[in-house]
Amino acid sequence: MGVIQVQEPGLFTTVQDLGREGFGPLGVSASGAADAISLRMGNRLVGNAEGAAGLEMTLLGGTFLFPEGAVIALAGSDFGATLDGKPVELWTAFESRPGQALRLGPTCSGARCYLCVRGGIAVKLFLGSASTHILSGLGGHDGRALRKGDVLNIGAASVSSRERSMSARALKELQARKVLRVTPGPQSDWFPESAQRLFYESRYRVAEESNRMGIRLEGAIVPVPSGGEMISEGVSLGAIQVPEGGKPIILFVEQQTTGGYPKIANVISADFHSLGQLRPRDEIRFERVDWETARALLREQEELFASD
Amino acid sequence: MVTSAGEGARFQSASDQSLLVSFGQEITLQAHQQVVKLLRLLESEPVAGIRNLHPAYCSLLVKFDGLGLRHEEVEAILRRYLGRLEEVDLPEPRQVEIPVCYGGEFGPDLAAVCTMHGMTPAQAIELHASAEYLVYFLGFVPGFAYLGELSEALVTPRLAVPRRRVPAGSVGIAGNQTGVYPFATPGGWRLLGRTPMAMFRTDRDELTLLSIGDRVRFTPISAERFAALEKEWA
Repeated sequence: MGVIQVQEPGLFTTVQDLGREGFGPLGVSASGAADAISLRMGNRLVGNAEGAAGLEMTLLGGTFLFPEGAVIALAGSDFGATLDGKPVELWTAFESRPGQALRLGPTCSGARCYLCVRGGIAVKLFLGSASTHILSGLGGHDGRALRKGDVLNIGAASVSSRERSMSARALKELQARKVLRVTPGPQSDWFPESAQRLFYESRYRVAEESNRMGIRLEGAIVPVPSGGEMISEGVSLGAIQVPEGGKPIILFVEQQTTGGYPKIANVISADFHSLGQLRPRDEIRFERVDWETARALLREQEELFASD
Repeated sequence: MVTSAGEGARFQSASDQSLLVSFGQEITLQAHQQVVKLLRLLESEPVAGIRNLHPAYCSLLVKFDGLGLRHEEVEAILRRYLGRLEEVDLPEPRQVEIPVCYGGEFGPDLAAVCTMHGMTPAQAIELHASAEYLVYFLGFVPGFAYLGELSEALVTPRLAVPRRRVPAGSVGIAGNQTGVYPFATPGGWRLLGRTPMAMFRTDRDELTLLSIGDRVRFTPISAERFAALEKEWA
């Protein structure tokens, strides 16, 4: 079992797996990879179980040393990675010999790049998951983003591990989208038709202060329905809430579990991974689909994954 | 997709993988008990494909695996559970006492709240500390308990501009609710004081100090006592 030495952590790098569902009654949200599709694909490339823990890098990658060597794959956005100065490709497993340094830079495409290593990152699980929950300082590596000098353990590779590749078709189909498909939110009918039309016809810009808790949007102000405050209720991943002021917020992986703002729409599950690739200042818009379509798109995504 | 039936529950598709079950649009003890009973029943007899439950004042958000279940199927299952709520015996509520040092740097909004209601700090503290509160649910962040009802004389709107960082242990009020921030988070509740007690910790079996259905009282303590307890419990 080897280790990863963090020579440079990058802007914001955390240990993530597919999160911890099931602790909503304690106020604990699932957390997990912001782009779960990329993490799952990266794990497949190195022969891990899809849910093994990897490193999630944000906008600017780090520099990592592998003193005992490792089998690595990078998935998600292109952070211009080099291994001892030689460019390495995304979506392909490669070997780092003992002592080689993997260096990543600023993103050339979306917000997040995943570093998966055969055997996965071994951290103490919190409520069954390796995911870091930044706000509460729980899970992952000491409940925080990586720092220079951190040393992470690599887990034992499973005996049956088998590297799998990704087809060009799957990569194309699973590309992050800028037109996000949504279903109605629980309070959609609180918003007058004119407000809804505005919401669907407008382009929104991702605000700088977006993070894993929520993606804040700038653009057309959605008139907030009058008629009193609503009672706080459980909120779904991808819910688009409209607080006072009318600037929509998409609740993301480290979401609050309950909230008291009306929700105009909800991003469909098949587009969650696209949310994880949104960068500040990216422009997006929303497209309404019906429940049947949302279900079919999720099923197609999983079938594409399974068949590849 | 909105339907209402059995036990006065209303079902609403919240996302492609979640269903919201509501018991009316008012915060009542009866609605709260229905939420807790449904939650406990689903916890003791879990349904394959239901992944998570988010209780709130008068609703329960049920998250499910959209590859295996459809909204209609989840609704049908939940209706069967709702038909059995009377079987669920809720335990005697636990009584929990939380020491609070009011005012000063720990309660930066106490003075403004007093001004708004035309009362002295001592009166406000007395009102806040003399009531027994019900834990309606835990939500927002890990271990944050929504407590009610606040004395009517203390009902205060939340801050127009939320603070970027509220220190852990801060005791706040908003509307007719009160609560304790378990972690340093952004927050818009008006802060009356702070407790040295941990609301969430991983070194004990029960991660959260409070559970849904508990009864809570706040006890005023001095700054000296706060410092001593903080040291003792560190």
